[in-house]
Amino acid sequence: MTNWQHGREERQARIGAAANLASGKLVAPQDVTRLLEAVMRPGDRVCLEGDNQKQADLLSGALLAVDTAKVNNLHMVQSGVVLPSHLDLFERGVARRLDFAYSGPQSARIASLLFGGKIELGAVHTYLELFARYFIDLTPNVALIAAVSADRHGNLYTGPNTEDTPTVVEATAFKDGIVIAQVNDVVDELPRIDIPGDRVHFVVKSDKPFFVEPLFTRDPAAITEGQILTAMLAIKGIYAPYGVQRLNHGIGFSTAAIELLLPTYGEALGLKGKIASHFALNPHPALIPAIESGWVKQIHSFGSEVGMEDYIRARPDVYFTGPDGSLRSNRAFCQVAGLYACDMFIGSTLQLDLQGNSSTVTASRIAGFGGAPNMGSDARGRRHPSEPWLQAGREADPETSPMLRRGRKLVVQIGETFGDRNVPLFVEKLDALALAAKLRLDLAPVMIYGDDVTHIVTEEGIANLLHCRNAVEREQAIRGVAGYTEVGRGRDAKAVERLRERRVIVRPEDIGIDPLDADRNLLAARSIKDLVRWSGGLYSAPSRFRNW
Amino acid sequence: MEDLTFRHTVPASAAGTRLQAIVGVVASGNLEVLAERVLSPTECLFEIRTAAEGFREVWTAVIADFVQRYSPGGLKLSVNDGGARPDTVALRLAQALRMMETGR
Amino acid sequence: MSTSDVPMAGSLSGTERQVSWYEASARNRLRLLLDAGSLVEFIGPEQRETSPHLRLFDLPEQFDDGIVVGRGQLDGAPVLVAGQEGRFMGGAFGEVHGAKLTGLLRAAREMRSIPVLILFDTGGVRLQEANAGELAIAEIMRAMIEARAAGVKVIGLIGGRAGCYGGGGLIAACCSALAVSEQGRIAVSGPEVIETNRGVEEFDSRDRALVWRTMGGKHRRLIGGADLFTDDTVDDFRAAALQLLRFPLAFGLDALDAEQSRLEDRLRRFGACRDATDIWALEGIPQPESIPGLPPDRFLKLAAAFPPSLGAR
Repeated sequence: MTNWQHGREERQARIGAAANLASGKLVAPQDVTRLLEAVMRPGDRVCLEGDNQKQADLLSGALLAVDTAKVNNLHMVQSGVVLPSHLDLFERGVARRLDFAYSGPQSARIASLLFGGKIELGAVHTYLELFARYFIDLTPNVALIAAVSADRHGNLYTGPNTEDTPTVVEATAFKDGIVIAQVNDVVDELPRIDIPGDRVHFVVKSDKPFFVEPLFTRDPAAITEGQILTAMLAIKGIYAPYGVQRLNHGIGFSTAAIELLLPTYGEALGLKGKIASHFALNPHPALIPAIESGWVKQIHSFGSEVGMEDYIRARPDVYFTGPDGSLRSNRAFCQVAGLYACDMFIGSTLQLDLQGNSSTVTASRIAGFGGAPNMGSDARGRRHPSEPWLQAGREADPETSPMLRRGRKLVVQIGETFGDRNVPLFVEKLDALALAAKLRLDLAPVMIYGDDVTHIVTEEGIANLLHCRNAVEREQAIRGVAGYTEVGRGRDAKAVERLRERRVIVRPEDIGIDPLDADRNLLAARSIKDLVRWSGGLYSAPSRFRNW
Repeated sequence: MEDLTFRHTVPASAAGTRLQAIVGVVASGNLEVLAERVLSPTECLFEIRTAAEGFREVWTAVIADFVQRYSPGGLKLSVNDGGARPDTVALRLAQALRMMETGR
Repeated sequence: MSTSDVPMAGSLSGTERQVSWYEASARNRLRLLLDAGSLVEFIGPEQRETSPHLRLFDLPEQFDDGIVVGRGQLDGAPVLVAGQEGRFMGGAFGEVHGAKLTGLLRAAREMRSIPVLILFDTGGVRLQEANAGELAIAEIMRAMIEARAAGVKVIGLIGGRAGCYGGGGLIAACCSALAVSEQGRIAVSGPEVIETNRGVEEFDSRDRALVWRTMGGKHRRLIGGADLFTDDTVDDFRAAALQLLRFPLAFGLDALDAEQSRLEDRLRRFGACRDATDIWALEGIPQPESIPGLPPDRFLKLAAAFPPSLGAR
């Protein structure tokens, strides 16, 4: 007789092995390492949250302390590699293999551990892709998650930073996995139930709240005239003509400038109600003036943002909130929204090559992709039409019969021709290629492929790649907005002029923008304090942003 | 620090009557431009002192484009540069010129 | 980073003075503060009186060495002015920078009748010009005292991003009166220096709320380290300057004795306090922890209960 219950029996056995450590579902913090030793086996697939913002830091520390004779060679499947302890696991041999999506703060160290052979890389993913694999071939055996509070039944409130948790728990709990949650508090009654208790096996109350950092706050004081110019170009040269209502902004100063120009520049252009009303977006403080000025109908968020909690509570018409009044975020659903329900992605990058391939990888840093490949890609499974989508499709493929011509998502890369420390944005060859060779990867880690990119916006103008008929035109269109970088200075001036005549390249003056008008006085808010004022005092700026 | 000088002959002089103008601040990523109306109407002179060495080619290109576009005859433009990007340089030159031409 | 000059001729409307003091360049602050078109710069940038030292360190110079000095009119009455550019080398004092201010104050001493407005925005003395800078601080303080002894009012206006630190803090303490905005800070040692020397438990320099509670404009106003609190617009600073100039600002042994008593008394009352909120509580302010979040108009109402100390720090 075939045994079809392996997984179930295995789970029961593991939970049984930990029974003496738990009182109901509750485990004391000092017993967590022993708990992990009881419920984990060498080689297990473990999801350690690891989200973009929140981190299950107590559980991470407890895992780091296990007896490596009992727990070793784990296969970590997590979206974010953020805390030092996430990589310490590999140094110690607790973990061996890694599949992830984002590693911003650890990008240098993760690269050196990969080169040093301490990490066996599965693959770098985009968020939605990793979540998808949780259900097919990367299902966790154990999930270590973070929540705000639990009740005695193990029901969890994940609060504004719900993020990845429902997805992780769904995959783990329903495929015979074990879910362990660290919480800030154990209470009699939760504000709302985000995770039902029958999916949660153990709960640990931590002495201090789980780690979470502000990642989506951009100080308006740091926005430069160049970024303002690119923002003006984007609004007048892309948002307006395509009529983009549904969109996602990648995080950055150029998009923060766009957000702050809507109530001023956007208003002056008569665009309110015509653009930028529905967002897949984290609660960016920089969007507060636009919200307060009536631009925004609705925002769905991947996660939350430190300091925005009270503002969100006071604006339930705009944000998704629970019956308790706090934000409900969900990265998986927001990523799906960005993929299928948005007509435009606009964001920045570190490098663009002559085909428009975009990468944030350098020779010594692997930051991963986050959500960009997902948001910044044409969703070929999309079927419902919208004006911007159809217009982009027309531009890309004027020959095909309209009835059979699919639309295109607008994928815009925006930035100044020279980035931080005057490093050029445009390169002949992406650093990602050198990295791929060094690590012997099958593919160079490209964040957004050139054939998905529809527009590039720099202070020199807009390149509309939809209008390019071949690779040569594409290259000159890119060189034509690459400013004084080597790539830009290498342009064929005549070819660029012809492209300008065809409106493949558009200069600021071609659409009535004087670069000298790109002034900080155009920003609806010029400081964090201004944002606090706009919010009526509801936005509570984190300490690092205060100058009062 | 690197010192660079560029002289150009141009078809027309900068408009306006203002004799002197200054824009910008010397800081990392920024620069100041002092414009003085002291030359003959078809001459212009650029004196650059920059903290970023080895970018002569880029300065040459930026200034050539500026001269070609605006014909700032009669002006001496003196720059103290804290390592600004080329587009910031172009912006400050244009701001200085506008101030000389319109007083704004 | 808007740095362009504004029109020279014509009158300035209220809206043109509504710009943020914090955001504006030194030259713009002066042009907008004074009556329209009245600013005449001494040793302007075209004179190219730059630092003789910075080249040695491979550092760029600024034509005015980071300070604008000159004269103008404030509501029709003549004033001498100086404005520090806080974004050039942190507004720090160097040899030429300091000499320009010394010269201005000595001129004020000789003329006896024209007040001086100093727009502070400085982190102290430039490390690269340490000796010359420190000497300049001393010379400035002496010149200021001599000017005040000759009957000149010297008003300090503080609200830039560098604050007023180090030697600048010392000089500010010698002024007849000070106006400060919320963003402004006045101290001698900076937050990082305190943390380095005394440890993070004593002072966490990254706790910006703590930095502003300890050194920021609101606290300085409430503890008598500044005489007037003002909002962050040029218009508000202009009104504050005019108001301070209307006060009798005496100087002499009596004034110094009074100041000594005031400071001793202050130390006695608040010396054991651990945090500014404790001081505010002792001063009888209800809900002291709400002070940092108070909007300027409400703070001004509250501060009205604390008359300016005038001529005293």
